[in-house]
Amino acid sequence: MTSSEQRLAEIRGGLPPRRHNARTIAALTGNPGCTRRAILDGAGVDKPSLAERIGFPARFGQSRFAITRGNAFEAQVKADGGVELLRLVAERLGVPVPAAASWTDLGAGDEIAGREERSAALLTAALPTATTTAHGATTAHGATTTAHGATTTAHGATTAHGATTTAHDATTTAHGATTTAAHGATATATADDGTAPGGRPGGLPDSSAALFDHPLLGLDVAGRRVYLEPDLVAARLGGRFHVVEVKSFPVIDGQADPAKLAAAAVQSAVYVLALRELLAARGLDPQLVSPEVVLVCPRDFTNQPVAHLLDVRKQLLVVRRQLDRMDRLDALLAAVPADFTADPAADPQTLVGALSQVPARYAPDCLASCELAYFCRHESGGRTSALGRPVREALGGVDSVAEVLALAAGEPAADPRHDEAAVLLRTAARLRADALGASA
Amino acid sequence: MSTLRALAAAQAVAAGVAQPVATVRHLHLSRRPLVLVPLTLAGEANAPLAALVGAAPGEARLLVVPQPRNREHRLAFAAELAATVLPYVDAHRGANEAVSVDRGRDVRYRYLDAPQLLVPNPAGVTFLRLLGRSTRFRRVDGDHPVPPQVPLLGRWLTFFAERAEHPGSSALVALTQALSLHWATGQSAVEDLHLPALLGWIAPPAGLTGAQAAARAEDPARCPPAGPATDPGFDNDRLAPAMSAYADADPDSEARAQAYAQLAALLREQLTPTWELMWRGVGLLRALPPGARVAGRWDGDRDAFTGYAEHVDADGMPQPRRDGAVAAAARLHRLERAAQSYAVQRAYDDPLVMAEYRLTGEAFVGEVVLADPTRVDDTGRRPVLRPRIQLVTTDPVLLTVGAGLSSPARPAQKARVVFVTPAADGKTEVVLELSGGMGRGLTASPGSVPEVGERLCYTTLSDAYLPSGSFPAVEQTPWTHGGPPTTGEEVA
Repeated sequence: MTSSEQRLAEIRGGLPPRRHNARTIAALTGNPGCTRRAILDGAGVDKPSLAERIGFPARFGQSRFAITRGNAFEAQVKADGGVELLRLVAERLGVPVPAAASWTDLGAGDEIAGREERSAALLTAALPTATTTAHGATTAHGATTTAHGATTTAHGATTAHGATTTAHDATTTAHGATTTAAHGATATATADDGTAPGGRPGGLPDSSAALFDHPLLGLDVAGRRVYLEPDLVAARLGGRFHVVEVKSFPVIDGQADPAKLAAAAVQSAVYVLALRELLAARGLDPQLVSPEVVLVCPRDFTNQPVAHLLDVRKQLLVVRRQLDRMDRLDALLAAVPADFTADPAADPQTLVGALSQVPARYAPDCLASCELAYFCRHESGGRTSALGRPVREALGGVDSVAEVLALAAGEPAADPRHDEAAVLLRTAARLRADALGASA
Repeated sequence: MSTLRALAAAQAVAAGVAQPVATVRHLHLSRRPLVLVPLTLAGEANAPLAALVGAAPGEARLLVVPQPRNREHRLAFAAELAATVLPYVDAHRGANEAVSVDRGRDVRYRYLDAPQLLVPNPAGVTFLRLLGRSTRFRRVDGDHPVPPQVPLLGRWLTFFAERAEHPGSSALVALTQALSLHWATGQSAVEDLHLPALLGWIAPPAGLTGAQAAARAEDPARCPPAGPATDPGFDNDRLAPAMSAYADADPDSEARAQAYAQLAALLREQLTPTWELMWRGVGLLRALPPGARVAGRWDGDRDAFTGYAEHVDADGMPQPRRDGAVAAAARLHRLERAAQSYAVQRAYDDPLVMAEYRLTGEAFVGEVVLADPTRVDDTGRRPVLRPRIQLVTTDPVLLTVGAGLSSPARPAQKARVVFVTPAADGKTEVVLELSGGMGRGLTASPGSVPEVGERLCYTTLSDAYLPSGSFPAVEQTPWTHGGPPTTGEEVA
């Protein structure tokens, strides 16, 4: 055990580290500048218990209705050995629907390490690009990539549409409309593309198509092996792996809830990353895992599944960067006091004292993703950042509410960097008083 | 986020109560708005669970969907909702008035009043939009016929949801948005979306600060969320057992009636706090005097309502799933124009909003120190009346010579900046040349030229009419934008 690992274990209070999953890893990308979060998550501290212990319980819960619906939809999509799923995915990717595909459920419950080994072995063994037919496979692979290049550009519009339109309410309709055409066009274009690679000589035989359910993937997070058990199907079609995510939120007229879509994209990026590392570890080309994730959701108000492509290249970069940052936990730990503890069994007073020694970077977004957010929010009462970044910026970046009001009241700025903000705030206060007085 | 609003938020933190950011009410409030508090079932695609709906605090009508996953039950909900919403809409199709159009060459009619829907938050607007989407294409014939009022409800809900995107419209209002427009709280914009917390800041109960009231409002056990999403704890511990009790009881049995009553009571208990908060919020807004241009914008809502009512009468098509390219561009253009004019009108109506523009140098308030109301400019072909006034202001002035200004006090009059001269004590002298709004002839009509001693606001914002853009006909649209309609149909 290295000294860092020892420190982290001490911080946890000797408890086993909390397991990460794609969701928690995805959550890490939310506020990368927060040292407190990096340390606690790096150590695998049980944050929900910690938050409860110090009197700020997190308010995350999942409704059983949502869980039931999610499971039912997943079961429906994966029924019959994934025939329907295979068709959806193949059609969306623009490759001919294979007559048959092998379906391997890797979810059987033996030991974690054994399962990871088995998942890795089966996933890679099925790869035609593995050492056996090196030469022939390379050409085939090259051809596939080009074909994919074509579909990617065409589909770029659809993906971007899903992500951007929904963000800007005012422009939604216009965007929606312009992409309808583009979308329709894409569908046809894809179908054309789809026939091309299928008909090409030397193309991969249909029999190479395979679906792997519940693979167990490993990822190194903060120097520890983290196992991910995604509700995921890894689809190998046309010699490439695609992560297939089955989500139960609806896509209505081609648009999904932007927040849910964004969360799904980051989670998928974690899976892509883990799959790529798996391939790389076996000496295979990690690019065989496509950065285009297939998202399968119910269409409109029905239970009918529909597949969409989601380009997660950007999310991959973000997740990668955050994981690299966690690898440098040693550097962060150096700045943490030696007696720092986050042991949920410790005295609440001690815990609060300890936590306050490690700086947090609270932003209102934290409330949606971090179990400790209510504590941090309480702690940053009186800080302008607690009101949201736009407010803080509009106040000239001055950190404390008291200082803002002092500057606005005409007191000289203690920090020369705030001189400009002081002038702005003084004028703002005068104008505000003037307008309120005028109307009274 | 303007600095002025941010400063108000900082003041709210210090004062422990929300601070006003408007001195007048910037939206129309109907005498009898239809308040709608919907709940949905978690995990489903906009499946209604329950709603409280009514046009007065004592008229709450509870709608319950005992099994939201059941299509029949969902349609029954739509029919029941239609039985409240459609008569409410129709009640506004009474008397109408004549409006002259095309400079008096023609006349059209519009209803004297229009329906107004209030929901707790933007998610409530989304719920209505999706409910409209899921019902407006339903067939009244064929395999799964629905009652005719269901698709009609869908079309009206879609109409309201589209109006809600229109800046300055009051046809469908999310109360959190309306309140945030008038008050700044000491919490973030994300937290302001929670109606109980927002109202906790604006009107905290006696003995509590806004922050304390908001913290209390965050506890779902004490204060149910304002929907449409329910609290997961409520779902798991209370709703699920009540629902399965209903489902397990035999149809038409005493047990089922009992289970239904229990479920209804449970849902009413979740909805009632929000229902009361809605009317409290309405009361707070009603206490503010309306802005001068609110009625003009409501005219736009009445026009839209009249237009859509006529469209429905004429058996027009339901709104499409997605606009075509031309329709979308035209709509976007309309929304942009509305947004611009809404921003200007609010500033003209409200000195506190105008203060934001004063801070950024787009407006200033000054005292008239010199006035030459008789000045005639005779350099041109004809002599014209061009009075000049000089103002002194302490506001930061970032105007350039030649800039065109106008004043909320005399919107018909134009002013042009002639000189901007910095004076002592950080003051600025501004000389303006006036034109228009002074009557005909070379003598200004009395009171039309500002007099010495008047305190006036001048701004670059203009409330003048914005000409609308022109868009190609559908058949002239290039293929990049959907192409001629035939191709569009084929692709769709």
